[in-house]
Amino acid sequence: MASLEAYIRQRQRHKALLLMGHAVVGYPSLEANWQMLEAMQQAQVDLVELQLPFSEPIADGPVFVRANQQALAGGMTREQYFAFMQRAARAFDFPLLMMGYYNSIFQMGHERFCACLAEHGGRGFIIADLPPEEAGDLWPCAEAYGLAPIVLMTPLTPVARLHHLARFARGFVYCVARKGVTGKQTAVDRQVQEFLHRCRQATPLPLALGFGLRRGADLECIRGWADIAVVGTALLQAWEEGGPAAYRSFLAALARAAAGPT
Amino acid sequence: MYAELFQFAPGREGYYGAYGGAFIPEVLHETIAELRAAFAEAQADPAFWEAYVALLATYAGRPTPLTPLENLSRELGGARIYVKREDLNHTGAHKINNVLGQGLLARRMGKRRVIAETGAGQHGVATATMAARLGLACTIYMGAVDVARQRPNVFWMQQLGAEVVVVEEGTQTLKDAINACLRDWAESMDTTHYVMGTVCGPHPFPQMVTYFQSIIGREAREQVLASTGRLPRRVYACVGGGSNASGIFAGFLDDPEVELVGVEAGGHGRDSGRHAARLAYGQGRPGVAQGYKTYFLQDAEGQMRPTHSVAAGLDYIGVGPILAYLHECGRVRFEAATDAEVLAALQRVMRAEGIVPALESAHAFAVALHEVPALARDEVVLINLSGRGDKDIFTIAEALGDRAWRDFLRQRVRRYDEEGD
Repeated sequence: MASLEAYIRQRQRHKALLLMGHAVVGYPSLEANWQMLEAMQQAQVDLVELQLPFSEPIADGPVFVRANQQALAGGMTREQYFAFMQRAARAFDFPLLMMGYYNSIFQMGHERFCACLAEHGGRGFIIADLPPEEAGDLWPCAEAYGLAPIVLMTPLTPVARLHHLARFARGFVYCVARKGVTGKQTAVDRQVQEFLHRCRQATPLPLALGFGLRRGADLECIRGWADIAVVGTALLQAWEEGGPAAYRSFLAALARAAAGPT
Repeated sequence: MYAELFQFAPGREGYYGAYGGAFIPEVLHETIAELRAAFAEAQADPAFWEAYVALLATYAGRPTPLTPLENLSRELGGARIYVKREDLNHTGAHKINNVLGQGLLARRMGKRRVIAETGAGQHGVATATMAARLGLACTIYMGAVDVARQRPNVFWMQQLGAEVVVVEEGTQTLKDAINACLRDWAESMDTTHYVMGTVCGPHPFPQMVTYFQSIIGREAREQVLASTGRLPRRVYACVGGGSNASGIFAGFLDDPEVELVGVEAGGHGRDSGRHAARLAYGQGRPGVAQGYKTYFLQDAEGQMRPTHSVAAGLDYIGVGPILAYLHECGRVRFEAATDAEVLAALQRVMRAEGIVPALESAHAFAVALHEVPALARDEVVLINLSGRGDKDIFTIAEALGDRAWRDFLRQRVRRYDEEGD
């Protein structure tokens, strides 16, 4: 199997900006999640992060906090999560990444988690509350199972630390567009461009930009700055407000904006 | 032992054995680094501690006295009981110590706003008080369940000029208020300091809060020696996150002959599933949440379990990483007191000594009063009376089934209804 980075580079030959979708598994339901993924496949979304719900999601804003809570209240378990991931990995073209919080991994143990994720078709993971310094042997474990641990960089990260973080990065780098938690609109401006430029100088890996991208116009703006746009909260809100139809048409608009003028 | 706790091995900064660390979103990395540096600098500056002690003396009422419980000691017939009177601090609890220390630090760092979580409301009131005094803007996050049971403290926080944000997510208690603070801070860090109220959260909070609260133990050790000529056989303190316990234990960690006893919230009892005894009941397991590694009450997959205590300040999933480590080393013994035992102890202390402990502090009394008769008469035990109980009037009156109080509330409500809004 091609590495995650190689896959991204290959997709970039056909598209100006790739698109990464997000779903909180178990919210509103596994059936709804499946329909979301079908819509993503149809819109030719390039990557998808599947969030494993956690009771204390400190990096998430109100929409995802509620989604995590309701998924757990609905009885979502780790077993169901991985079963869903396996089904999705077999059915869809896009690579799947586990997204979540460190306690879920810590409770399984690094080795068991990596083995389980790889076995169920995951290609990497994004952990919102795990600086690489605290990761112990998780990175070597991930490597042994061919998984990409995704590193996050932020506008507040000093240049020296960007370079330090880059040494841990695999697959692509997740650039957090602004301070704060997920969900709130980000002003996609010159500061974001300069931040991405700093990241670019720190790492040769593709750059994903996420947090607060909510409109096609945001994607048009970052085309040429970032390699991948991450849309999470806005997608879930489209579903909550308008159901599957609104979700599909929002995704189509995002895909058009990402693709750029033909 | 106290000093060695904070001499971290290379690459293990902020760790106490396997516990502690800083499990934070990357966006907070620089903020935490800035705080670590500012705290280290303040610690190295003797003028900072002097300013802290002076502020506590002129504003908060320190040093707090040591009171012998002569009546209860006589009734129980064992060791003599002494109490460290943190309830006599301004705002009624030990929380003011940490808050004034962090307030001075926030000012040193040029921050103009403080945020804080609160459970019982004591830390929230203390933070709002400090902010008013030091001229800082203040936002307090409090779970909706806690707002409902500690309304008087909400009133005071607002009167002191703080904005109180009611947290509606999760279990709507202390842990959810901490999550809300971390989210606020991830955005507001340029202007804002997070005044963590307990010895939990990412490094350097456990160390820093212990440092400020260590004034309790420093004073208490001197006072016990001066009053009795000997060290206490045991020191008892209640443990939610563990700030008052860490503070009083700090004074005795280097005295191996002094046994340290932490008392957790036993709620409805060991097998009820409704308690917050992470260590004493052996039901907590190591995990990572809210920025640090410790024993949490959680399920097999690492989802935090709901907790319960009659005392909102002890109703929490985790325990300070330093205490978790001291538990593993066997330096601190952990016990639990149930809600019922706590109410009984509270009534006994009120009647016998004219002292009204907070429900939190009454946990330490419950275990101490139970154990004291087995000790020799020439021995001494020390209890940390971390806060006063006035704030608990609604909860205690309800738990004791006081009809007169209920009638009074009914009358009040009737009067408001008649007057209209």
